[in-house]
Amino acid sequence: MALHAAMAISGLIMILFLLAHMYGNLKVFEGQQGFDSYAGYLREIGQPLLPYAGALWILRVILLVSVLLHIFSAFTLWHRSRRATAGKGGWRYETTKNRRGVQRSYSSFTMRWGGVIIGLFVIYHLLHLSADVIAPGGASDSPYQRMVNGFQIWWVVLSYVIALIALGFHLRHGIWSAFASLGANKSVATRRFLNQLATVVMLIILVGFLVPPLAIFTGWVS
Amino acid sequence: MEPLFTVGEPIQDAKAPAGPLQDQWETRRFGAKLINPANRRKLSVIIVGTGLAGSSAAATLGEAGYHVKSFCYQDSPRRAHSIAAQGGINAAKNYRNDGDSIRRLFYDTVKGGDYRSRESNVYRLAEVSSAIIDQCVAQGVPFARDYGGLLDTRSFGGVQVSRTFYARGQTGQQLLLGAYQALERQVSAGTVEVHTRHEMLELIVIDGLARGVVVRDLVDGTLETHLADAVVLATGGYGNVYHLSTNAMGCNTSATWRAHRKGALFANPCFTQIHPTCIPVSGEHQSKLTLMSESLRNDGRIWVPVQAGDTRAPGDIPKDERDYYLERQYPAFGNLVPRDVASRAAKNQCDAGRGVGPGGRGVYLDLADAITRLGRDAIEEKYGNLLDMYQKITDEDPYRSPMRIYPAVHYTMGGLWVDYDLESTIPGLFVIGEANYSDHGANRLGASALMQGLADGYFILPNTINDYLAKNPVGTADSSHPEAVKALETVRERLNRFLSIAGNRTVDSFHKELGAIVWEYCGMERNAEGLEHAVGLIRALKAEFWLDVKVTGMNEELNQTLERAGRVADFFELAELMCIDALHRGESCGSHFRTESQTGDGEALRNDDAFAYVAAWEFTGEGSPPRLRKENLEYHNVELAQRSYK
Amino acid sequence: MNITVRIWRQHDQTAAGQMVSYRVDGVSPDMSFLEMLDVLNDQLSAAGDDPVAFDHDCREGICGMCSLVINGIAHGPEALTTTCQLYMRHFNDGDTIDIEPWRSASFPILRDLIVDRSALDRIIQAGGYISAPTGSAPDAAATLVPKKDADRAFDAAVCIGCGACIAACPNGSGMLFTGAKANHLGVLPQGQPERHERALAMVNQHDAEGFGGCTQIGECTAVCPVGIPLDMISFLNADVLSALPKENT
Ligand SMILES: Cc1cc2nc3c(=O)[nH]c(=O)nc-3n(C[C@H](O)[C@H](O)[C@H](O)COP(=O)(O)OP(=O)(O)OC[C@H]3O[C@@H](n4cnc5c(N)ncnc54)[C@H](O)[C@@H]3O)c2cc1C
Ligand code: HEM
Ligand code: HEM
Ligand code: SF4
Ligand code: F3S
Ligand code: FES
Repeated sequence: MALHAAMAISGLIMILFLLAHMYGNLKVFEGQQGFDSYAGYLREIGQPLLPYAGALWILRVILLVSVLLHIFSAFTLWHRSRRATAGKGGWRYETTKNRRGVQRSYSSFTMRWGGVIIGLFVIYHLLHLSADVIAPGGASDSPYQRMVNGFQIWWVVLSYVIALIALGFHLRHGIWSAFASLGANKSVATRRFLNQLATVVMLIILVGFLVPPLAIFTGWVS
Repeated sequence: MEPLFTVGEPIQDAKAPAGPLQDQWETRRFGAKLINPANRRKLSVIIVGTGLAGSSAAATLGEAGYHVKSFCYQDSPRRAHSIAAQGGINAAKNYRNDGDSIRRLFYDTVKGGDYRSRESNVYRLAEVSSAIIDQCVAQGVPFARDYGGLLDTRSFGGVQVSRTFYARGQTGQQLLLGAYQALERQVSAGTVEVHTRHEMLELIVIDGLARGVVVRDLVDGTLETHLADAVVLATGGYGNVYHLSTNAMGCNTSATWRAHRKGALFANPCFTQIHPTCIPVSGEHQSKLTLMSESLRNDGRIWVPVQAGDTRAPGDIPKDERDYYLERQYPAFGNLVPRDVASRAAKNQCDAGRGVGPGGRGVYLDLADAITRLGRDAIEEKYGNLLDMYQKITDEDPYRSPMRIYPAVHYTMGGLWVDYDLESTIPGLFVIGEANYSDHGANRLGASALMQGLADGYFILPNTINDYLAKNPVGTADSSHPEAVKALETVRERLNRFLSIAGNRTVDSFHKELGAIVWEYCGMERNAEGLEHAVGLIRALKAEFWLDVKVTGMNEELNQTLERAGRVADFFELAELMCIDALHRGESCGSHFRTESQTGDGEALRNDDAFAYVAAWEFTGEGSPPRLRKENLEYHNVELAQRSYK
Repeated sequence: MNITVRIWRQHDQTAAGQMVSYRVDGVSPDMSFLEMLDVLNDQLSAAGDDPVAFDHDCREGICGMCSLVINGIAHGPEALTTTCQLYMRHFNDGDTIDIEPWRSASFPILRDLIVDRSALDRIIQAGGYISAPTGSAPDAAATLVPKKDADRAFDAAVCIGCGACIAACPNGSGMLFTGAKANHLGVLPQGQPERHERALAMVNQHDAEGFGGCTQIGECTAVCPVGIPLDMISFLNADVLSALPKENT
């Protein structure tokens, strides 16, 4: 239970981050200057109280703890349910009929592999846009430039699109599940509401993130 | 020809104190010896059965500090057959201020039992009924409530007061879960050990005292002996002797029958209740019958076509070609006549060829008028669950066309004889719940079985068993005691015998055939000729069973065929005794209708001069006629009257 | 109708098992599913083979003993129906039906279709009760229970303890069963004093028994024969979360 709570809280923190991150990304439409100054602004919050990039680092630490907690809980729980089902989860019956169960959604049973895909993506993504290690299309000091360089290549865009779809599935079930894990699902009506909320948030995040790369790719932003 | 039975010395209940009814229980409790809590820990009690009676007793005795070993054949104590009870539980709370009282509940029960039960026991039952409801509510049993938050009650089984507490249509389930939870609480406290999937196959009697049981572990066939300072049987009723009944598939007489063979008297075995409103048999394959709660009779009208052999759909039969026979024959009570009367009337209609449905064994229970009068929603609110169940089973919509119902075996008033302390004729063997014969006489009122099971388990046994335990230091014995070894060997031999017959007929085919015989000759109507014939048939079938039954597999495994074989073998012996009991009782009373003893217009005719007694039967050995021991019933507080529902 | 069944046969807990096909002829649509198996068993017994072992008792949908996964669905294709209340009219002539036991590491198979569900009893032992020693009860009318709460408690209390929720859950989680008990006792006034400790103790036992964690997939409630709703799990979670801080103090 504690693990589920950890899972849910860390998941929700990551969602808050994503919302903020998405908002940031949309600044791409304000052009290089807007975007880069935003990146700079992020590092100046709290100054002079905090050193340069201090607040950002605090956020990063919270985020990192969340990610680690989330991954740790996910794998512990994953291990437990594998043990509980002889390692086969929902596929433990001999019959090939009704493998999908009666009503479970696609997103609900892709949580774990979906999560792993997202995890791999984040690493790739950090190396690409944050740390500037891999730089398809050319490295640059300007984050804006890095993006524009990267997203002109079709397979970079494709990799982001795939990752985002995986994220969409993860969030569609994750948001509802996080609230239910925390005890918020008190009736059939709330259940419906939470599921709708999950879909809406998921769609906002998905579209919000997809717009910039596609915009760059199609040449709308350059 | 050898006589079917012999008559022995009468017996008597020596435990009920003299004095006015309302003081007896108080006096007895005060007279019973107590045991100091420190010593209770050293005393152990075996309780077989985890239904309402067994669970409540185990929880209470565990709470008191005794070491309790509890057994059931299911995989969890919560699955005992009590779980299936639908209607409700009676208690003389008088929350409705409708004139109910302990005395009225007592009176209704004695009258309902057609004056064949013991006044002292029945009065005590009525007295403790109220504490049962308190106890259950405290445990969290979600009884129905009204909008003010108070407990709701309804009237049930033809009585004039609203004293039946209920939890939708699942009262038995909720009461049992309460008792089961109390039991599990004691398990975690370490006072109770529960052995599930263990079936009792023999009673161990040492120096004349009940000291233990032999059980078979149903998972791997291991035979175990368990010894204790006293043994309690709470193993339920034997309705499955009829093969088809509303009882669960595993209900059996094995525990009580084995105790009977070891010296416990079996009382009134022929008193079996046949419930009028069950779903009729649909075919050969039928394995059990399903009860439709009696409450349907409050709103449903029962009818058959006037014309025998009328095959029209019910909707096509005009009103004036229908015979609302209960309303016609019993204008005062109409569709609400007691169970036995309603059952027999349905049988008579079907015998006359007016039955409906497959095989002509059914009558209509029609809600159409009630739906017109109260609206479909009201009916749905009241009976929704039941009607859904009916639809599931029959694939017919009871809102559109009348339901078909037919009587089915439901409850057994007979059982092991017990005295006021609920102790059988084997000292140290106590019997509670449906397994004993105690409180219902020749007929049980609706909602009174749950009351009796919990009264016995929570309040009565825990106050009487201490008297036995305090007075009878039984000395130590373990499973190496010669009597224990002998009991174990008897069981082993019997199991081996089943397995070695290797005949041609399945256990089930014998059970079906036995059931058909008992139903035909010892069912709703009995007569001397039929019963004598039945005894012959049962003996022949039993002989064939022991020559030709086929039990596959072995003992050392989970073997459900072997389990059933043992149960059916005991049913044969019980069935014979039932027929003998029914034969000897040449009167009609309650559920027992002898065609030879009826009034001019076909109603039951009781004979108090000759039969106002409990027939307690003594086992005298294999193949030797049972001995009848009478306990005379005396009534000081109610006047014997002939029942009339006209 | 004529039916082919493929049934999981396994001699005992340690033996290996496999699916075995049998033909059952002369099945009537009015038979219950278990009666169809009775017919098969009669056939097997007559031929001297071991009949198929399966759990059942009341055959009325209330005792919770019957437990078959039919074509991959716990209690079969009809919603809100136990195996014993499922009728053959829901199948077609010539169908092949796959029948398997509940599968969960915490439900060892004892034989064929029979599993050991005693883990559920141990969850109740851990706290699934209200401590009310016999004789200690106040008058039943002393505590008023709002009808709303009484109804909610009842909706939870109807759980028949069959374990289908666990058989169906991809995580092998028993949270619906546990949640139902926590709700039943937790909304009643009598159940308040022990409410949070009860929830925590039951969930700890649930985890110790080796059941998986719940990720809100909802398969459990879809197969539950009495329709225990999913919010029972959330209720339980909330109670456990309130109890967690106290546990450490
Ligand atoms: C369908 C139906 C509806 C009913 N409705 C009502 C109602 O509304 N109101 C009412 O008052 N009464 C009702 N009754 C009657 C009532 O339910 C029973 O009489 C009562 O529950 C019996 O309880 P019990 O504790 O004596 O036995 P049971 O509940 O039958 O328990 C028997 C126990 O003994 C165990 N057992 C049996 N044999 C052995 C053995 N050989 N070895 C080991 N263990 C064994 C079983 O495992 C079980 O635990 C109904 C009965 C039926 C069938
Ligand atoms: C390595 C990366 C990830 C892995 C392996 C992973 C795995 C999982 C798994 C297995 C669950 C199932 C829920 C459970 O068991 O209770 C889950 C839930 C969840 N995930 Fe992730 N995830 C990852 C990344 C993310 C990210 C990046 C986010 C958000 C931005 C996120 C948000 C959530 C949320 C909100 C839940 C619901 C929590 C709950 O069910 O209580 N996850 N995750
Ligand atoms: C199209 C989508 C995305 C774009 C264009 C994008 C862009 C960027 C850029 C430009 C940065 C560098 C910011 C900086 O250094 O100031 C960054 C950082 C980051 N992104 Fe993304 N991102 C996208 C999607 C995602 C997704 C889906 C996730 C997570 C699931 C994610 C997680 C991160 C993280 C963790 C960082 C590092 C933040 C930090 O430095 O503190 N991004 N992203
Ligand atoms: S919650 Fe439903 S499926 Fe689970 S044990 Fe209870 S009744 Fe069975
Ligand atoms: S299916 Fe399993 S994951 Fe939870 S919602 Fe039900 S227990
Ligand atoms: S056999 Fe009792 S619920 Fe199915």
